Amino acid sequence: MMGGSSTKKNMFSRLVPLLTSLARRGLAGWFIAIGLIMVIAIVVMTMLAPWISPHDPSAIEMGPLLSPPSSQFPFGTNKLGQDMLSRVISGGGIMIQVALLSVVICMAGGIPIGLLSSYTGGILDRILCLIMDSIYAFPGLVLAIAIALMLGRGVVNMALSIAVVYVPSYFRVIRSQVLSIKEMAYVEAANAIGAKGHTILSRYILPNVIPSIIVVATVNFADAILTAAGLTFIGLGVSVDIPDWGYDLTVGRTLLTTGVWWVIAFPGIMVVLLALGFTLMGEGLSELWNPRLEQ
Amino acid sequence: MTLRAYVISRILLTIPMIFILLTMVFVVIRILPGDPVLAHFEKNVDPALVEEMRVKLGLDKPLWAQYFDYVFGVFRGDLGKSMYDYSPVAEQIFSAFPATLELAISSMIIAALVGIFLGVQASKRYNKPVDHTIRIFGIVTYAIPVFLLGMILQLVFGVGLRWLPVGLRMNPMLAAPQGLTIGALHFSTGLYTIDSLLEGNMFKFVESLRYLFLPSLTLGTVLSGVFIRLTRTNMFETMRLDFVTAARARGLRETTVTYRYALRNAFLPVLTMIGLQFAALLAGAVLTETTFSWPGLGTYVVDRINFRDYTAIQGAVVVFGILVSIVSLVVDLLYAYLDPRIRL
Repeated sequence: MMGGSSTKKNMFSRLVPLLTSLARRGLAGWFIAIGLIMVIAIVVMTMLAPWISPHDPSAIEMGPLLSPPSSQFPFGTNKLGQDMLSRVISGGGIMIQVALLSVVICMAGGIPIGLLSSYTGGILDRILCLIMDSIYAFPGLVLAIAIALMLGRGVVNMALSIAVVYVPSYFRVIRSQVLSIKEMAYVEAANAIGAKGHTILSRYILPNVIPSIIVVATVNFADAILTAAGLTFIGLGVSVDIPDWGYDLTVGRTLLTTGVWWVIAFPGIMVVLLALGFTLMGEGLSELWNPRLEQ
Repeated sequence: MTLRAYVISRILLTIPMIFILLTMVFVVIRILPGDPVLAHFEKNVDPALVEEMRVKLGLDKPLWAQYFDYVFGVFRGDLGKSMYDYSPVAEQIFSAFPATLELAISSMIIAALVGIFLGVQASKRYNKPVDHTIRIFGIVTYAIPVFLLGMILQLVFGVGLRWLPVGLRMNPMLAAPQGLTIGALHFSTGLYTIDSLLEGNMFKFVESLRYLFLPSLTLGTVLSGVFIRLTRTNMFETMRLDFVTAARARGLRETTVTYRYALRNAFLPVLTMIGLQFAALLAGAVLTETTFSWPGLGTYVVDRINFRDYTAIQGAVVVFGILVSIVSLVVDLLYAYLDPRIRL
């Protein structure tokens, strides 16, 4: 991020025309615009949490234990008497960090491997394909459980265990794209004028793969959020001390039979909104860039 | 390629995949940083005790010997001994497996039925409000964590309305259904719905369905989105083909044209999708089982995480992987059998 308030101002003054132009593009545009707003709103809320939370999210016995939503505690309190509204406002940190980091790791692994494999071809390509197919065929969460269990707790470790599962998604998309782009006349022309392999890959092929990578990344974000929530739910969460939607959902499960709904409802809505934001963006983008179905 | 050649080559391809999978699990559990035996114990444990467990589980040998023990073990159906109680992991997994299978089958049925029905409805009203609503439903089911949906259904139908139980497989007052017994012969599937029918006990059958319904609805709904999308696009294209127009021209009813003519044509991609979704189904089953205390493989894994029983988890992960490989093999073979083009 290039610092300075001018960049920030620029970003917001650009956002409005971007959203309005998107909205003119039919349902797909609406999907992207709404998804973008949801994600930005949640990220901004989480970043501003220390200033906008009414209470300290970790402070216990702020009010009566397990009090239902009231004017004093709009989202109620949990069994430690913590204010659920404050926990909802600040509980996105871990999930957003894990998702972001795992997408970055995934790209750093999947994109070069995919480019290399499809561009070189031959035996290396075959072996890599077989390995990636094996990972892809695995139930993702189960593999992530095994890795997370061995690596231990922590944001980086959780991101790593999620990333391993989704590397094949990038690999596959890139590979199939590169294989078709490689045969195009302009790549052949570049070859003919003596361009080096890495020049062709980085300047001729990669730019054309980027739209697909962005679509995969948005879906990857949503999946990473859901997997992070799932890992937390089965007891492999990052920490029990930091407010986290996933952790609150896990605790809420034990209270369910007593009819305590607010402890899971509000963190649950936040997880859904965050994952939904990315899913909507992915859905819209893939439709916009792949207009075959619209005809 | 003849069908036979295809079948043989497809089966041969499964073998390296299973090897890679086994190796991957071995690397994760034994080679990644973190010693499973040390991790099993709390800190400051007597080193003799650690050594004793290593010897008992064969984890004192060099890594390559452990690897061979493990791979040969898997092919003999031996998944090692549990760190928790030293009993064979394979037996424990075998006894938990039918519960997961029952949940998986019923969820897949719900996912396919709901998905196909909504997909057909959406394709018939393409780009209309109904279509948009169904699409948004599909997107939301993708974005909702399966355990959250499970908890919502538990709250509404279990805690609020008290219509359905919120956990377990069977009423704790009732014995598990025994299956069919004729004299000394005994036959049971481990699937409570089928076993209670074999036993001829309608009450247990209804009870087992009541217990099965919410977990299956949860997992089925989450998976239905993929089927909606697939059916929607396929049906949209198929409904414009000549043979559909011809069927309409003959004056057949619209539902007949849709479901008996067009849908039949769009069925093959759905079959492939069932195979592809099986991995997602098992992953979802882990969380669904935890939510509903459903005593299957997923609950087994989560219980063993709490005991830090690494050998058991390794065994379960291997079984999950092999299951997916086998299902995708079966689906591919079925596809080849149903679609003659693949044999050409």
